[in-house]
Amino acid sequence: MKSFIVKRLLLGILVLFGVIFITFFLTRVIPADPAAQWVGSRATVAQKQAARIELGLDKPLYVQFLKYVANLLQGNLGYSLRSHQPITRELQNYLPATLELVLLSTVFAVLVGIPLGVLSAYKKDHWLDHFSRFFSVGAVSLPTFWVGLFLQLIFYRMLGVLPLGDQQSMTVRLMYPLHHITGFVILDSLITGNFVVLNDALAHIVLPGITIALYPIGLVARMTRSALLEILNEDYICAARSYGLPPRMILWSYALKNSLGPTVTVVTLSIGYTLVNTFLVEAIFAWPGIGNYISSAVMALDYPAIIGVTIFSAIVYILLNLLADIVVALDPRVRI
Amino acid sequence: MDAYFAVNDLKVGYKTFEGEKSVLDIGDFYIGKGETYGIVGESGSGKTVLALTIMRLLAAPPGIIHSGRITIDGEDLLSKSESEMRKVRGKRISMIFQDPMSTLNPVFTVGEQLRRVIRQSRGCSHKAAEKLTLEMADIVRLPDAANTLGKYPHELSGGQRQRIIIAVALSCGGEFLIADEPTRNLDVTIQAGILKLVAQLQRDLKMTVLFIANNLGLVSAMCSRVGILQRGRIVESGTVREILRTPRHPYTTLLLNAIPNGKGEAQDFGRLPPTTATETANAGCQFASRCPRRIPRCVSERPEARMVEGEHRVACHRAFEEGWAK
Amino acid sequence: MSLASLSVNTLKPRLKEIKLSFYLLNRNKLTKLSLVIVVLLLLIAVFAPLIVPYPGHVRGETHPQDKLLAPSGTYFFGTDELGRDIFSRVLFGTRISVETAVVAVVIALLIGVPLGAIAGTMGGFLDELIMRITDVFLSFPPLLLAIAIAAFLGPSLQNAMLAIAISWWPWYTRLVRGQAVSIRERQFVKAARAIGTSPRKIIFNHVVPNCIAPVIVQASMDLGGVILTISSLSFLGLGAQAPIPEWGLMVSTSRQYFLDAWWYSIFPGLAIFITVLVFNLLGDGLREILDPKTRKL
Repeated sequence: MKSFIVKRLLLGILVLFGVIFITFFLTRVIPADPAAQWVGSRATVAQKQAARIELGLDKPLYVQFLKYVANLLQGNLGYSLRSHQPITRELQNYLPATLELVLLSTVFAVLVGIPLGVLSAYKKDHWLDHFSRFFSVGAVSLPTFWVGLFLQLIFYRMLGVLPLGDQQSMTVRLMYPLHHITGFVILDSLITGNFVVLNDALAHIVLPGITIALYPIGLVARMTRSALLEILNEDYICAARSYGLPPRMILWSYALKNSLGPTVTVVTLSIGYTLVNTFLVEAIFAWPGIGNYISSAVMALDYPAIIGVTIFSAIVYILLNLLADIVVALDPRVRI
Repeated sequence: MDAYFAVNDLKVGYKTFEGEKSVLDIGDFYIGKGETYGIVGESGSGKTVLALTIMRLLAAPPGIIHSGRITIDGEDLLSKSESEMRKVRGKRISMIFQDPMSTLNPVFTVGEQLRRVIRQSRGCSHKAAEKLTLEMADIVRLPDAANTLGKYPHELSGGQRQRIIIAVALSCGGEFLIADEPTRNLDVTIQAGILKLVAQLQRDLKMTVLFIANNLGLVSAMCSRVGILQRGRIVESGTVREILRTPRHPYTTLLLNAIPNGKGEAQDFGRLPPTTATETANAGCQFASRCPRRIPRCVSERPEARMVEGEHRVACHRAFEEGWAK
Repeated sequence: MSLASLSVNTLKPRLKEIKLSFYLLNRNKLTKLSLVIVVLLLLIAVFAPLIVPYPGHVRGETHPQDKLLAPSGTYFFGTDELGRDIFSRVLFGTRISVETAVVAVVIALLIGVPLGAIAGTMGGFLDELIMRITDVFLSFPPLLLAIAIAAFLGPSLQNAMLAIAISWWPWYTRLVRGQAVSIRERQFVKAARAIGTSPRKIIFNHVVPNCIAPVIVQASMDLGGVILTISSLSFLGLGAQAPIPEWGLMVSTSRQYFLDAWWYSIFPGLAIFITVLVFNLLGDGLREILDPKTRKL
């Protein structure tokens, strides 16, 4: 088992290196001149030249690459072209809000998606199955950005019950300042007993939460269903039934454990999708997270910021996959 | 006859995209309490379908039970609802499957699986179940029980796995056991041990056993009475002695001759064309196409089961002709 | 008897397979329905220039006097901020989405399939190398790589197409490699090797044709996801640029006005949803039909 983890870790590092290489390659392929971007459009030639030296763009390519890697190892993701702030710090500021959404969507995916898939497989061809399959397929076919707009239209414009966007309303933010402990608004307001902020934050997270949770729920439900269908056809399930074991136990205790591998894999995949879907959702709901950060970076073509977020997301994704692989390898049949 | 277990006029079909095939068309047979009854047939004869149908575990589409009665102690199993059947499975009837590797859950230790079934069927505490697990392992003579129970199915040998399967099936507490080719996937050297175990358990626990096999020799060693299953129909039945001494059906004769005897002679009727699952049932005798004693009547008219003497019954148009000797 | 005939299945079992496929297809109403709608969409895509009510609005005509009109008899889906008929633009958007998706997938196939075939057939160092490269590409969260590439190549529909192709090919490589590994053990490949056929010929004349079927099926199933990606990229500003009537772009532009002009956001988004939905349903149905377990019946 240990050797498997080590091997997998090494593979992960190798892959990470490849990722860094690709992202570096991208930064040097851009049509625009980063130096010009850095100093702005009204800079003189001399200022641009100074910027080039400051950014290290005059050095040979391999030196630039080494510097790039060295920076990364120190946690330095570079500086945003717009704000001239270290990207790492900006990411830290915006990360908690995005994490709230990602966590919410993952929790929903597991708590709603898995039972839906299990029941759907158990009652195959029942109306519950048909409904659930249609719902799942629909959920993964919906354009996330459109769902967000649609929900805003209904709940804000037509019904007026939920806010349009942002994490907190302006007034609450000004009049009930929140004492930050963890950086998570909902958690902090709960801990500090600030219920005005809590109510407000909860109201604000409903629409973006639903929007971003739909795709993962659909994905997890589909995969769980197909994994479970295969398992329920296995001989050992038939044997378990012959011993008189109740269906509840067979489904939720036996079959679920058998499906652990595919389930963990699909939950990881859905977190990956969610990470990127936050770009779309945060743009729509003006949610102050990384997604919003990157979509404005994209609009402004702030390349270092785009690269910074890309590397960060890739690292997170690689780690998640590593974790998932380890969990899957816990299957006793896998002889490591 | 007031039988403990009886099957009457059971017709089971199987839906394929080319139409529906008849898989079982069994007239009648019965098993007395405490008896060991054998069913012998080749692959594709419907043996496992019969076992699954009795347990009502047959996959409903594509399988379909057309008609018939399966009674145990007077209760018709086919008319029970699923929740009623759940009370029957395990508690009254249990089953030993033919492939112990695929019938054990690969992600749980064998001890855990045994323990769960024990807890479920007895409703006892965790501690009590643990004790019982060890007891059951002893009853099936699982070597080095304490260690073996902590292992996963793929870590065990075929013989060990099959003993666990038997332990699990028995721990449900049922009085009727269906053994579906329990030694099929085991090495010959291990087979004898398992068979001895089953026979002993049957004696000690006074169980009624339906023993399914593809080998007449095996069945004759274990059972008192036998039914020969051919393409879903019982073509001959009777006591083991009657079948071995005076078989009347050409198919039975074939099966008997296929048993290697100590003298190294093996008569055969030439190479049998294999049964293909896609052959549809015809109106006459199912064995007609391969039967060396076939006459035109065999193809057009289905032979009815008729009594020969005692328990011995046979379904063949030519079984009662003069000069019909082995 | 040529080597080629050894590797191609004989006709009779093939016919039965096809009959079975149609039987299963017939039984599944939802799949039939989605097939019909997909064909309809393809027809719309092909004939779009001929059937849109206001061809000019699709290209660049503006009618500011008619801006942001609600749906009516003249403008089924209403008009946008430049007075253009949204119905025509949505209809034409079908063509754009389908076209872009198909090209993106084809490019991904052209890169991915040969690489996978080479990796699977040759094995060894080449296999390791290609699979590691594939791993690297696959370690980016889906869509992210496409965003990064599109951002760096410059926002345009063609670049978005390229970006998607570049982030999609690894899936096909993995698929083909898996197939190739099992095919290279088959008799006819071993025979070809024995008589000294060049590796290139083995790969392209023997391995690829036998892998290609599941890949083609997978690719057509992917079209739904690709269309979703294209519209997402355009929504972010990385894909189609104005005045191209691409659905994602329309939704993005509509954001400024959507609280009062709901039709502007709803209809293009609905088009995306329905298109992706039927492609996914069709893909699901196909997968079920082709699943060897269902076919065992």
